[in-house]
Amino acid sequence: MTDHITLPEGSIEKTTTTLNLGPTHPATHGVFQNILELDGERILRAESTVGYIHRAFEKLAERRPLYQITPITDRLNYCSSPINNMGWHLTCEKLLGVETPKRVDYLRVIIMELARISDHLICNSIVGVDSGAYSGFLYLMQFRELIYEIYEEVCGSRLTTNIGRIGGFERNFTATAFEKLEKFLDPKTGYPATLKEFEKLFTRNRIFMERTIGVGPISADRAMNYGFTGPNLRAAGVDYDVRVHNPYSSYQDFEFTVPVGSTGDCYDRFLVRNAEMWESLSIIRQAYEKVQQFKGAEAEVYHADVPAYYLPEKKDVYTKMEALIYHFKIIMGETDIPAGEVYQSVEGANGELGYYLISDGGRTPYRLHFRRPCFIYYQAYPELIQGGMISDAIITMSSLNLIAGELDA
Amino acid sequence: MALTNAYIQQRLTEKFGDVLVEWEEPYGMLSFTAPRDLNLKVMQFLFDDAELRFQFLSDLTAVHFPDRSGEELAVVYHLHNLRDNVRIRFRVFAPIEKPDVFSATALYQSANFMERETYDFFGINFVGHPNLKRILNVDEMTYFPLRKEFPLEDQTRIDKDDDMFGRGGIIVK
Repeated sequence: MTDHITLPEGSIEKTTTTLNLGPTHPATHGVFQNILELDGERILRAESTVGYIHRAFEKLAERRPLYQITPITDRLNYCSSPINNMGWHLTCEKLLGVETPKRVDYLRVIIMELARISDHLICNSIVGVDSGAYSGFLYLMQFRELIYEIYEEVCGSRLTTNIGRIGGFERNFTATAFEKLEKFLDPKTGYPATLKEFEKLFTRNRIFMERTIGVGPISADRAMNYGFTGPNLRAAGVDYDVRVHNPYSSYQDFEFTVPVGSTGDCYDRFLVRNAEMWESLSIIRQAYEKVQQFKGAEAEVYHADVPAYYLPEKKDVYTKMEALIYHFKIIMGETDIPAGEVYQSVEGANGELGYYLISDGGRTPYRLHFRRPCFIYYQAYPELIQGGMISDAIITMSSLNLIAGELDA
Repeated sequence: MALTNAYIQQRLTEKFGDVLVEWEEPYGMLSFTAPRDLNLKVMQFLFDDAELRFQFLSDLTAVHFPDRSGEELAVVYHLHNLRDNVRIRFRVFAPIEKPDVFSATALYQSANFMERETYDFFGINFVGHPNLKRILNVDEMTYFPLRKEFPLEDQTRIDKDDDMFGRGGIIVK
């Protein structure tokens, strides 16, 4: 006569729900799996699984000469590939003792800051998408397109850029590249005006603020202990920035501030990234001014004079025997590489991107390790979302700027 | 007074004596080798000392040197003092037959994934790690792929059937 469901003998009456969030889920931008233990909609525990798109980059790098490793670095944080490429070239230059001319440094700064903007704009507008505001994302996307067009002018490709060479760039910036850069920087019709509108849509938006303030917070101490770097660490209130602490590519020549937050929650991370985009715009403007000051022969410099490592010009490779031989020798790692142990880091768009390179003098690295910022700070994710709702977990994930390619190497 | 490499070396030598060896400064970064059982003590000292303050673990990884018999695997730590902005590197060596190294997870939360990654690729057994299992490779894997005894495929080999990969072979309609 009982009308309630009777459970079979021996079954455990579980009061919580286990939910697989991912590996492929429309709300997580990339391949991330989290096993959540839920009480209603509240998260009691979480466990992250990583490695779904592991591609053995470190092992591959042990068989590849220096130039063949650049395309691997593209595929780490693919939202800002040029920073990874430059970081790798800087590592090689440190090992080989190559000094780059100032104009090369400034051009690199322009490209790296454009990459930072393109990365931050994706991340921040995705935070918007995950809180139900799609328009910001579509609106900013036109400027990522413009940034990609600038990459295309400089190196010929857009997403996985493989930009630059050891010692500089493969070719000088064309007039079109500078034209597009000016279009991007234009205060009335360019990115600054659009970013201002984007901020108007979000920063003081009541719904957005209530969805992000106090969500996924972390203290400065915990963030340091978890190895946070980049905007996520700065949002917690620690002003560590590789560009300031260990300047590379002449960053010491630029005036910029390092924005910091205080609570380390999603809202602070959003604000810090927005502020950084303004700083990047200012750095690009300064760099562009500096580039314009080079006159005559100096204005044509786009690489260091290191024929042993810098590839010959492409049209010579196609038409001249000697250039072809050199091209082949360099690509195959037949030029002398000193033995040494180098750690070089750059401020990637989501944190300190480090390259630990051990060379034994052979044609390929003996060991190459990538310090991938999001692999390290992703460990904090279960702690960040504990006690929150599922929808908070989604927004926390996007505001951490996790890039699956970098996470899994 | 700025924290110099010479001063760090002096402080460490005072504390641990001459068990710390192989002092080098490649490209300006102080690096040394510590005995395997002292890795945590060295890290704790560098962390707690009021002047040294190396409280940020930048990187943790391993390297395989098959020629160093009895100490084939090196675990490499990169530490950063964010206040004085100084980086140092140190390594401990472990034999490949029994690669036990103390885990740094009690001191640094960030060591958790990094040690799991190092275990996954080199088989270093981090003693005291709360959850030492494979992280990037599949759980069923039985070997440690970044060790040097696993060379990558020889690209000149000819015994390979390329038909499935669009290299050579005939397209059958």
